[in-house]
Amino acid sequence: MRQKVIVVMLALVAILLARNLYTISMLPDEMRQGQIFRIIYFHVPAAAAAMTGSAVALVASVLFLVTKKFQYDALAVAVTEVGLAFLAVNLVTGSIWAHVIWGVWWAWDPRLTSALICWILYAGYMILRQALEEPTQRATFAAVYSIFAFTDVPIVYFSIRWWRTIHPQPVFFSKEGAFPPDWSRALAVNMVAMFLLYAVLTMIRLRQEQTQREIDYLRRTVHAI
Amino acid sequence: MRFLSQVMVITAKDLRAEMRTKEAINASFAFALVILLILSFAFDPTEETTREISGGLLWIVFTFAGTLVLNRSFARELPNDCLDALIAAPVPGAALFLGKALANFVLILAVEFVALPVFGIFYNVRWTRQFWPLMLVLVLGTWGLTSIGTIFSALTVNIRLREVMLPLLVYPVMIPMLLGAMRLSALLVAGQPITGDDTVWFKLLFGFDIIYTALSLVLMETVLLG
Amino acid sequence: MSDAAVDCAGVWKFYGDYPALRDISFEVRPGACLALIGRNGAGKTTLLRILAGFSKPGKGQAHIFGQEPRNAEARRRIGFIGHGIAVYDELSAIENLRLFAKLYRLPNAESAAREWLERTGLDRVRDGLVREFSRGMRQRLAVARAFLHGPSVLLLDEPFTALDDRAVAVLQTVLRDALAAGRTVIMSTHQLREALELATHVALINRGRIAFHGERTDEMLSAPGWIYARYGES
Repeated sequence: MRQKVIVVMLALVAILLARNLYTISMLPDEMRQGQIFRIIYFHVPAAAAAMTGSAVALVASVLFLVTKKFQYDALAVAVTEVGLAFLAVNLVTGSIWAHVIWGVWWAWDPRLTSALICWILYAGYMILRQALEEPTQRATFAAVYSIFAFTDVPIVYFSIRWWRTIHPQPVFFSKEGAFPPDWSRALAVNMVAMFLLYAVLTMIRLRQEQTQREIDYLRRTVHAI
Repeated sequence: MRFLSQVMVITAKDLRAEMRTKEAINASFAFALVILLILSFAFDPTEETTREISGGLLWIVFTFAGTLVLNRSFARELPNDCLDALIAAPVPGAALFLGKALANFVLILAVEFVALPVFGIFYNVRWTRQFWPLMLVLVLGTWGLTSIGTIFSALTVNIRLREVMLPLLVYPVMIPMLLGAMRLSALLVAGQPITGDDTVWFKLLFGFDIIYTALSLVLMETVLLG
Repeated sequence: MSDAAVDCAGVWKFYGDYPALRDISFEVRPGACLALIGRNGAGKTTLLRILAGFSKPGKGQAHIFGQEPRNAEARRRIGFIGHGIAVYDELSAIENLRLFAKLYRLPNAESAAREWLERTGLDRVRDGLVREFSRGMRQRLAVARAFLHGPSVLLLDEPFTALDDRAVAVLQTVLRDALAAGRTVIMSTHQLREALELATHVALINRGRIAFHGERTDEMLSAPGWIYARYGES
């Protein structure tokens, strides 16, 4: 049953993305930025999905500490790993955009810099997990770290913003002039597609975690005989 | 005030043990001096522009030297399985955290008070012009480093490569605090008072300290029982 | 069940895949002295650590006087000696005992510390740093630390291992006094003779299961290897 849901969602994502790619390519070029502006349709949804994912990771971590049920630990890992990938997409697309527009690969834009720090924080989560072998200790310590990391996210965002006001730099995607309606619609559709993709990848990763736990349980039972 | 007296017992124990061996604090002093020296080669101390930013460099020294002290914090409980005895005692995890954090705070502050005059000499900077505000930044910033460093020291105490894992986990979380501390220190060391927009950094440091101290107090028991 | 000093019900403990303890259930009444015997790796240390509150069972429950071992009240009543001596090398004997007396909130930390230094024969070296002590002295200090706060339940993991004669004598005296005062002792051991002399009950752990649990008989005292032959692995 779960398998069918995943396949259906994947198909939906594929259709949405394909159709949207067509729509996006049909849109006229943005006045000042040209072709590269289209990258925003992936850049922004990737960040939005990643940030939502990190909120889910926080909730899962807290729930694990409270209930000690390993399904919450599995959810926290899955959501964070997928979030790392989406944040990476955000960073890479931002970097490409910067190179095309400004000629630099990295311009210390507040949002991109915050995204980079968040990426490092969640990479730390994965490294910590790898270093801990005992499953209960790994889940507990990872959950504690996840709470610290998530608390940092808003603080990072605001502090980088204030830091950059001291040395103002050009900000990406300044919203001078409203988006025309068909652009907003394309962005919204891509948002939905990216969130769906995030959910599907998380479910696949979750399934993998749960299978691993089943294997561990079966091994334990065999050893006990 | 039983809680506070237990905190003091632990702080006194850590400080007394450290003063007997002086392992962490000597290493920390030496490391701070070496880093100050190396930074002098990277950023020419005779140039005017360097003197303007030099306050920020201070925090590189403090953070790296501080990590040596923080690493030792729970590592000192490993020989003889002393950590078992501490966990078995009827001491709340929060008291254990606060006791150790205060001891670390005192030790790191001591290193900073040695590093500051040396810094002043190497960079030919009169850092005493805004003395009290600078002290406030030192206290707030060091407490931020200490509170996160102490609980993460407990997280990493049993991991291989603990000395690498601790800074790897602590530094990213501390970035907002470092931004504020560096900005404020750079201004204060250059003799300028903190005005207008820059006062937001003080608020950041206060808020950061309060939030992470509260989190650590709550989560310490969970970490100890691992 | 509720008036037992120590009880376990269906305790399992897993390390990764491996079950270190399987379905452990037993009871120890107040005032008893249980000798826990078994080969290396049988699960003695794991069981003692669960009873002391250092780790939680994967399945089942353990209680000290009906409470979870981690409760503050239970912690005050437990004394533990593990493989490490759990005293600080950089502090002196009396500084160590004062520290633990204060952590356990004893009303008169100083006199409790001094009393136990005397009882373990360490009062002449009370200001000596532990790192300069001999092995036997360190073990005696570990005994002082564990008994300092007057615990009702003593959990001792191989306490007689590698003790010198003086330390063995001190430990035996202290244990006899504790048992006479109605305290409960669970002691894992390889040194069958010293342990069986004090024990009222014996339990054999074999590959994570309790293979035997009963009163200590004279038969056991005279031929300690008998239990292994009868109930253990051949």
